[in-house]
Amino acid sequence: MQTKRTIFPNKLLPYLLLTPQLAVTLIFFIWPAAQAVKSSFEREDPFGFRTTFIWFENYTRLFSEATYLNSVGKTALFAISVTLLSMSLSLLLAVAVNRVLRTNRLYTTLLVWPYAVAPVVVGILWWFMFNPSIGIAPYLMRGLGIDWNHRIDGTDAMLLVIMAASWKQISYNFLFFVAGLQSVPQSLTEAAAIDGAGPFKRFWTIVFPLLSPTTFFLLIVNINYAMFDTFGIIDATTSGGPAQATNILVYKVYADGFLGLNIGSSAAQSVVLMLIVIALTAVQFRFVERRVQY
Amino acid sequence: MNIFGCIGSYGCYDLGEIRDGEVPANKGVSMFKKALCLSAGLAVIMAATPALAQTEISWWHAMDAELGKKLEEIANGFNESQSEFKVVPTYKGSYPETLTAAIAAFRANEQPAIVQVFEVGTGTMMAAKGAVKPVYQLMEENGEPWDPSGFLAPVTGYYSDTDGNILSMPFNSSTPIMYYNKDVFEKAGLDPETPPKTWAELEEMSRKIMESGAAPCGFTTGWVSWVQLENLSAIHDQPYGTLENGFGGLGTEFVFNGDVQTKHWENLKKWADEGLFEYGGPVGGADAPPKFYSGECAIYMNSSASRAGVINNAKDFEVGFAPLPYYDDVTTDPKNSIIGGATLWVLNGKDPEVYKGVAQFFTYLSSPEVQAGWHQFTGYLPVTNAAYELGQEQGYYEENPGSDVAIKQITRGTPTANSKGVRFGNLTQVRTVIDEEFEALLAGNKTAKEALDAAVERGNQILRDFEAANS
Repeated sequence: MQTKRTIFPNKLLPYLLLTPQLAVTLIFFIWPAAQAVKSSFEREDPFGFRTTFIWFENYTRLFSEATYLNSVGKTALFAISVTLLSMSLSLLLAVAVNRVLRTNRLYTTLLVWPYAVAPVVVGILWWFMFNPSIGIAPYLMRGLGIDWNHRIDGTDAMLLVIMAASWKQISYNFLFFVAGLQSVPQSLTEAAAIDGAGPFKRFWTIVFPLLSPTTFFLLIVNINYAMFDTFGIIDATTSGGPAQATNILVYKVYADGFLGLNIGSSAAQSVVLMLIVIALTAVQFRFVERRVQY
Repeated sequence: MNIFGCIGSYGCYDLGEIRDGEVPANKGVSMFKKALCLSAGLAVIMAATPALAQTEISWWHAMDAELGKKLEEIANGFNESQSEFKVVPTYKGSYPETLTAAIAAFRANEQPAIVQVFEVGTGTMMAAKGAVKPVYQLMEENGEPWDPSGFLAPVTGYYSDTDGNILSMPFNSSTPIMYYNKDVFEKAGLDPETPPKTWAELEEMSRKIMESGAAPCGFTTGWVSWVQLENLSAIHDQPYGTLENGFGGLGTEFVFNGDVQTKHWENLKKWADEGLFEYGGPVGGADAPPKFYSGECAIYMNSSASRAGVINNAKDFEVGFAPLPYYDDVTTDPKNSIIGGATLWVLNGKDPEVYKGVAQFFTYLSSPEVQAGWHQFTGYLPVTNAAYELGQEQGYYEENPGSDVAIKQITRGTPTANSKGVRFGNLTQVRTVIDEEFEALLAGNKTAKEALDAAVERGNQILRDFEAANS
């Protein structure tokens, strides 16, 4: 296909026009990332007076540390749970809203609200509801004979952050699912209905496969969200505790670097995280764009 | 991060520096960033009043709410007392946040003249010799009166280097005490004027309180690491670390897994299981105060500086104040408790003119009137003997019973090597480790001995890291 091409004689102009974007990328992304890589090979006192180049010591220590491996495990558990929980709930809600004809705008609007709430505020809300001494939820649960105390019990704490983080993400997933559902051609489901397929059969054999691009996209986005955007929620609800039960990787970077002032280890951890993001992004570009098409 | 550090702090360029056209020495910061900061800083300064004769002294602090207002009052008091200098206090968040902000600012040559650092950061600051201007030196250079013996002995001890020089200006020092609910005591059939002296009494009274239904919980505590380990060790004259609890050098190792500490943690676990003790959360223990304010827990151990908050919040019951309990089978002569709170550190890299102002401000700050006012308002200790005496002359302690519990507790007896305080690098991290191990104990994953052994082992690793990074 021959497209119409405009020739710019000026060789410099394109670069000049690109400069602002390149500058922003360099200053805010490339340069800090390079700094992190550099720091990850160094041992330094907090004030930066004495810097020793120590090759891979930060990394080798990291992977021999029980606390770091624990954090990797917790992150996996957390990310998978949040992704599954928030995606399945939002799919359920989206399908339900899609069936409601008259008030679906209203439901859509209401369901999108949580997305507008800042992560820290979400954290505070859930912290408040589940606070072992003043919260309403532990009070009700005590009536049912459940002793909720996420201050001490690591499982309770993990459940709490999973619930809080999933709740926040449901709106986002919901919007995409609703949009995805609306693009499923009515004619296909109608044809299936005429052939005698019930609602469940229609959903699993027609709608769900046709939703797969949306689902796959959301899968990647949700894993990313759970791993990197939940910092505020963790900080406000459990601060990584008790006994590191909810200390996910991104929180550990902060805790070790900003609270513990161990810059070398923190930098090494952030480089590891950077590699994970790069991997996830690569997966997304490779597969979302190509394979999952119908 | 660095960019934000820079932009966030551009307003704190001292006018003096800019006026002299002096750019702070390059510490390996990229020229680009410096230019960015400088231009941002200049833009702000040019937009402000062009001709300011006063030298500004930036002061970063971590005092919020009522304490923050009182602190600003002090700064205003100084600003009105003379016209040459202007102290500009800036609230930078919690203690760890303030310390981190100051360190980041220092690395970018944007540091404030004065920064408030909590006692946990003392080891870190002392090791950073190039970053700090010792206060004794500052006062000497600027011809301000300086008498270390005027400060309370435990304060001097905690903040002096090995040669006995005070490195940072004592400002808000506290020590943990015990608060108790007199109404609940009465309801449980206990004498509200006789608080528990020993842990055995505390256990017995807590049980009585619970069994009588006067309150659902006996006691809670803020700052487990500080109150139930550091202070516990000091009061019972038990070592916390080798080399005089870290005062003797960076090669120190933790030894807080001794018999007394283990027994105490065993007890806390036992009492937690019985419901006599409720855990208030890690670090400062954010859940502890509401448990006490709401009448859920009858006894509450926390900093003496919680006094203002306790009095404000304990609206429907009467509060009693008492020293921390001790084990009478370990000692019959409990030692002094140790310091918490913060001091003011002066950072390097400023104009001589600025330091002159800082020195004058410190003289103002340690005057008996200012110190006594701060102490009486907040519940922090009067850091100078003169401020304490002034309070006595004013009759403050008689009018406010219990307000001298903290100072009496911290000055009782002669401090030993074990009760002088603790000094370790990276202590913030160690305290986190202690909280985590305490939580593992409460969750039943570890015994007291296992938890403390693990805390010592992990803590020692952190100390070795600090030693490696600072030598």
